Amino acid sequence: MGMLGYDFMQRALIAAALIGLIAPLIGVFLVQRRLALLGDGMGHVALTGVGLAFLTGLAPVPTALVVAALGALVLELVRAKSRTAGDLALALVFYGGIAGGVMLTSLASGKASTALNQYLFGSLSTVATEDIAWLVGAGALVVIILLIFGREMFAMTLDPDVAHVQGIRTTRLGILLTVLAAVTVVIGMRTVGLLLVSAIMIVPVAAAQQFTGSFRATALVAVGLGLVCSLAGLTTSFTLDVPPGPTIVLLALAVFLVAAVTAYPVRRRRQRHPHPAEEHHHG
Amino acid sequence: MSTALSCRDVCIDIEAACILSNVDFVVEPGEFVAVLGANGSGKTTLMRAILGLLLPITSGQIDVFGTPIARFRAWGRLAYVPQRLHSAGAVPVSVHEVVGAGLISPRQRLPRRGDRQRVVDALAQVGLADRRRDRFDALSGGQQRRVMIAAALAKDADLYVLDEPTAGVDAESQQRISEIFGSMRERGRTVVLVTHELGPFAALASRIVVLGSPRGETSTVLYDGPPPAPDHLLERVWHHSEDVVMRATEPGVLEPGAG
Repeated sequence: MGMLGYDFMQRALIAAALIGLIAPLIGVFLVQRRLALLGDGMGHVALTGVGLAFLTGLAPVPTALVVAALGALVLELVRAKSRTAGDLALALVFYGGIAGGVMLTSLASGKASTALNQYLFGSLSTVATEDIAWLVGAGALVVIILLIFGREMFAMTLDPDVAHVQGIRTTRLGILLTVLAAVTVVIGMRTVGLLLVSAIMIVPVAAAQQFTGSFRATALVAVGLGLVCSLAGLTTSFTLDVPPGPTIVLLALAVFLVAAVTAYPVRRRRQRHPHPAEEHHHG
Repeated sequence: MSTALSCRDVCIDIEAACILSNVDFVVEPGEFVAVLGANGSGKTTLMRAILGLLLPITSGQIDVFGTPIARFRAWGRLAYVPQRLHSAGAVPVSVHEVVGAGLISPRQRLPRRGDRQRVVDALAQVGLADRRRDRFDALSGGQQRRVMIAAALAKDADLYVLDEPTAGVDAESQQRISEIFGSMRERGRTVVLVTHELGPFAALASRIVVLGSPRGETSTVLYDGPPPAPDHLLERVWHHSEDVVMRATEPGVLEPGAG
């Protein structure tokens, strides 16, 4: 029987396509804002949500969604209201999230510890039918919000002070972006896993920007690479019987390596001639 | 008609340190005012307060077009050109995207017909129309500064606040930037330039406001008036802040029209 003959693989492919599409769309803003590790922090917070679900018997996906979104709010509030530096606030959320997740899982029944592994590194068989509705709904929400606020987010990530003078509410938009990152992490939780989902946000962007010359092109190429890596990684994972998370991420890293090596001569040329002569461009 | 900008008795403390006290000056529409001061004179703090980035201020009032900055919402009338872009180089951005970002606002979430032409026109004004598709970080420092000015020009605002537009820029680009400001002045735009060096803008500035700390006290306005002759003491002031402190306290030396 072919891969698509299995119901669980159909569901896994839908989930993988969703994360491959959405993660780089959020990732490109995070990289621009120099918050590439934010997704990792949110992954750790989502772990607390999974632990809470194990302990209470609630559904893991919606519970992780709520906990990760709340964690995102707390992170942004800590950064905005206290004198805590951005990376320090992120580190605090990291530790709190993973400690909370492991603690709650330990308090839950015996099987929870084994199941936790599937959430940490992804699993082909764990995407339940009821999860698909949550994942598609969350994915659609992220895309709709990006369609409405994407241009303002671009202006904010380019320069928050200039964006402020354009009337853009940069603090609120920053919170929104962090919450979207948290939601994206949960979308990728089932297939890529919480420890590696941040990679699918960031690595395709890092690969795309080796060649691209604009933000829009970087976002589009990154989405293409994210989609290809997610689907190809999942297929490889099925064929080799290995966890999908590491497979997808290793594939994305290989793509980045090829892109970086291929683009090296272009970058060298740019560095040798960084500023084309100004005298040709009289005002 | 209301003033373009008014600072009334403005005092700003940051984390218990008093940065500025009793700052008092007004900018009328169409004026080209340079706010000058040495490093640490509080000019950047004042500029951030004017832009509404330091709310609430400790005391006093800042009005932009007659509205207190805390309640100011006519953002289309105000444009800001930073010294450098906060995130330049993190993800590649094109020159077109940087200028186009100047047109984005909560009132214009989706691109409008004519945006592309406004970007092209703004780039033409700074002499970089043919670099529209290039990567922003592939341009020289002076060209990048001109692109940021183009982003403000695309907005077609009434009041432009510029932070050190010629710092670290070669002489040729400085001259071009001053030409751009010259044409902005001719078109009746109000310009507030925050800089430590008047340089190529000496002939353009209708007034200068000098910030400094007399006798080591909190920084305040030491001088507000037309720029004195370039060969007089203020020519030295830009580079020797101590001269500002000493001479500003001598009667008549820094008074309007002195020299």
